[in-house]
Amino acid sequence: MSVLAQAAVDTVSTGEAIAFWVLGPLALAGALGMVFARNAVHSALMLVTTMFCLAVFYIIQQAPFLGFVQIIVYTGAIMMFFLFVLMLVGRDSSDSVVEVLRGQRLAGLGLGVGLAVLLVAAIARSLTEVTPVGLAAGAAGSGANVTGLGALIFTKYLFAFELTSALLITAALGAMVLAFAQSTGRGKRGQRATVTARLRGEHDRISPLPGPGVYATANSVATPAVLPDGSVAPESISAIIEATPVQRTGELPPDVRALTGGRADDDTEDQR
Amino acid sequence: MTPTYYLLLSALLFSIGAVGVLVRRNAIVVFMCIELMLNAVNLSLVTFARINGALDGQVMAFFVMVVAAAEVVVGLAIIMSIFRTRRTASVDDANLLKY
Repeated sequence: MSVLAQAAVDTVSTGEAIAFWVLGPLALAGALGMVFARNAVHSALMLVTTMFCLAVFYIIQQAPFLGFVQIIVYTGAIMMFFLFVLMLVGRDSSDSVVEVLRGQRLAGLGLGVGLAVLLVAAIARSLTEVTPVGLAAGAAGSGANVTGLGALIFTKYLFAFELTSALLITAALGAMVLAFAQSTGRGKRGQRATVTARLRGEHDRISPLPGPGVYATANSVATPAVLPDGSVAPESISAIIEATPVQRTGELPPDVRALTGGRADDDTEDQR
Repeated sequence: MTPTYYLLLSALLFSIGAVGVLVRRNAIVVFMCIELMLNAVNLSLVTFARINGALDGQVMAFFVMVVAAAEVVVGLAIIMSIFRTRRTASVDDANLLKY
């Protein structure tokens, strides 16, 4: 049994009330700011604020799993996805001021206020005398939040859970199909057309540039390849390499074993 | 204070989201308002789970989150494809399903 569930059995504790009266107005302010912000990026960040407040509400209402899923999935994934698409679409694609339907904004505002009044009045009138049972009261699977949720999901709601997997796969495929950028085909030549153009002489040379020479003594990219008549192929070395001045690393010591750290051979012992 | 206050807050948030859907023109902001409405419903579901002492409300909120994730993915992909063809993200200009 979690500590939270033990602490808040039936009633609302003082700490929860304080958290509510601090975070509730903050959530409301975030929501209002999201609706009325001019910049869409500001809207997204305001919504993140509201979602964080809601996550705290979930946690203090004995739903810690949902609270963390809210933080991880909503504010972490979904809102960042929103910001990503905002950046793709362009930040300054802000609202048009032109009203297509006359008076639609005022009507929408009035309807929204009316909806709020109706909902608040109905809830406030009907649910005043509610005494919450609380999840710590010994309901089935309510002891530990995650295990209780898991038991419910994999027994009672198993079919819905499987359906969500199908939904997620469909959504991922649909998003890939929708967001796939088709290349228009213009300005892009196929392989056959490219070969024909090469043979027609539209490129500098028919074949690709020759690679550097690979010999028994050197396989560096600075080693030029040799043509069949024995001369050096100048195109086999990058122009940058020829332009770079050569820096010798200094003379190597005559005893090569000094490079390997002086293995304890007979000769080294003799030298000592 | 009773948990009813959470329901009142959820109703207010839902109304604000509805106002946003009705008032705003940018399709992405409209989507964010829909997310706010879903979140408000989630808050009320969690509160009902607490009031009734059963975890079913939390499971429903969980499913709402999953469906919201799928919805956001598909919706934003649609917005992006509309933007690619029409060069706008306004809901007023999207009046055709193709081209």
